[in-house]
Amino acid sequence: MKTFKFPRITFWGVVATTLILLGVGAAIARFTLGLGATTNLSDEFPWGLWIGFDFLGIGLAAAGFTIVAAVHLFHARQYEPIVRPAILTAFIGYLLVVLVLVIDLGRPDHFWHPLVMWNPHSVMFEITWCVILYTTVLSAEFAPIVLEKFNLHAPIKWIHSVSLPLMILGVLLSTLHQSSFGSLYLIVPNRLHPLWYTPLLPILFFISCIASGVSMVILETLVLSRKGRTLLPAALRANLAKITAVALAVYLVVRFQDMFSRHALGELKHLTYHSAAFYFEIIVGFVIPFILLLSHRIRNSRRGLYVTTLMVLAGFAANRMNTAITGLESYPTHTYFPSLLEVLIMTGIAAIGFTAFTLIARYLPIFPDMPQPEPDEHPFSSLSPAVEGE
Amino acid sequence: MGQKKALLIDITLCVGCNACQAACKVENKLPEGEEKALSLSAFTALSEHDGLFVRHMCQHCDIPTCVSACPVGALEKRADGPVLYDGDKCIGCRYCMQACPFHIPRYEWKSTRPGIKKCILCAPRLAKGLPTACAEACPTGATKFGDRNDLLIEATNRITADPGKYVAKIYGKTDVGGTSVLYLSPVPFEKLGFDTRLGQEPMPLLSMNALSKVPNVVGVGSVMLAGIWWITNRREDVAREEGSRKQDSNHENRG
Ligand code: SF4
Ligand code: SF4
Ligand code: SF4
Repeated sequence: MKTFKFPRITFWGVVATTLILLGVGAAIARFTLGLGATTNLSDEFPWGLWIGFDFLGIGLAAAGFTIVAAVHLFHARQYEPIVRPAILTAFIGYLLVVLVLVIDLGRPDHFWHPLVMWNPHSVMFEITWCVILYTTVLSAEFAPIVLEKFNLHAPIKWIHSVSLPLMILGVLLSTLHQSSFGSLYLIVPNRLHPLWYTPLLPILFFISCIASGVSMVILETLVLSRKGRTLLPAALRANLAKITAVALAVYLVVRFQDMFSRHALGELKHLTYHSAAFYFEIIVGFVIPFILLLSHRIRNSRRGLYVTTLMVLAGFAANRMNTAITGLESYPTHTYFPSLLEVLIMTGIAAIGFTAFTLIARYLPIFPDMPQPEPDEHPFSSLSPAVEGE
Repeated sequence: MGQKKALLIDITLCVGCNACQAACKVENKLPEGEEKALSLSAFTALSEHDGLFVRHMCQHCDIPTCVSACPVGALEKRADGPVLYDGDKCIGCRYCMQACPFHIPRYEWKSTRPGIKKCILCAPRLAKGLPTACAEACPTGATKFGDRNDLLIEATNRITADPGKYVAKIYGKTDVGGTSVLYLSPVPFEKLGFDTRLGQEPMPLLSMNALSKVPNVVGVGSVMLAGIWWITNRREDVAREEGSRKQDSNHENRG
């Protein structure tokens, strides 16, 4: 703490800084010039890239509640080492989503209105409350990590005493929140393409967020376990891969069964703008990773898991973007493509997320049980067992 | 107040003179000039389909999708018919635009404090007991103002009096649960760009079905999760007990 070292200038540091600066510039332009001048949103496409980005952020944040549930509610203690990275991912994910939502709102100065002006019939109302409450829960789950760093044990004790209801609340809120993003589109049966519209949207959104959330955790353990340290034993990682495979399989069964019963499979006979998007999403993001994950070798190989989890995440992104954008387009007359400023704001915010994760992981005890690469930078490491042993 | 007001638009009578739009612009102090589509400055517009003219405007649904979608209740259905918007509440999420089955609300994209704009069914005139400006201006009676119940009876009478002239349907009578703008047409409605597949159920039911499950998820979910925690916790305690017992006996064996 005493000697704050300036981060070394690295390639990724430069990239992230550039993206953040561009994003801030774009955000300033958006607030001074308005949505019309800076985005490609229109009366035909009132929602665009940013809503898709919200879906992604929330979906990846599913890492948080799945792992917390597994470790603290189902007592799968072996996964303890990844609880904190998962909570951190979720916390950052939610904060970024709140940021995007505020930028996306036409009247950001009114963002607090849903707190006092209620319309419980609105899915948007439910979503707003889930975001607010779950972000609060996540900050309570995250707070001990900060408090620990500053050696404040009294508040930690206090938070621990309410941790069980807090965690149950967190799991419930994210379940509701993940699925309610799907519910948003229940009200547009006339506009959303039949390849994506189904009354089961909330359920499908929930199942796929488990696949993407767990994939995100696997990916994180792979990335973070690089420099000679292992976050999670390979066998446990392989187990997570199995869970992903199960979620993918359940998803495929429910999705195709539903499409069959709604007679939507006919839409796939011809290669069209929409069916091409559907094929990409399903084959790259669900079918191939599922088949790959059936193999014992892939589940136990770092490179195999890198490839498959990235595919799952790509398919997940495609699914959300297709629901939010492609499915509402009618090619070729009625399409939407984001403006440069929309993209810059999104990449800027993503860069903020990565930078925040890296910095927090460096300065706070996110990985308490690992051999520390630079011991002098982590004076708190000796404290962690005392707090962990609750 | 009291009685629900409505408009009956008889497409067979419309000559495409655009007097409704002109009157609306005067009434609502919107910029002048003929417009072919709905916009911030045109709350109603005509489209032409093979010599037939169709008026587009907010349908003032009985159970409006936009009202149910708005998270802050900035949109509201009045008892006498109009669906009105309150810009002081609006947060600008644009869910109403996404949700409206008729694609009505227009957004002030150019503004830095934007809101939505749409037909207000001349609510201030209704309050004074006057018909809407567009109905008053219509030279042929193609747009007629009145109590919704009376207009439904009149529409049925027109169809039965001259079945050759009309298709046997009043668009808006039951579509999406009924609207305060009713249409009569000489040709099937889908030929005029009407969406006839919206169904008779009010669209808000679609999301309310999902929202009504929320209390269940919370109730059943919390009990279930707490139960799982209890069971696995107990199992862990037992395992720990047995583990330490085993260790003890190991020690004894070794010792
Ligand atoms: S037509 Fe659209 S904007 Fe008008 S009341 Fe119905 S849902 Fe609302
Ligand atoms: S844009 Fe405004 S009026 Fe429309 S749903 Fe959102 S808050 Fe309500
Ligand atoms: S009812 Fe009034 S606001 Fe609506 S279109 Fe007619 S004149 Fe315009």
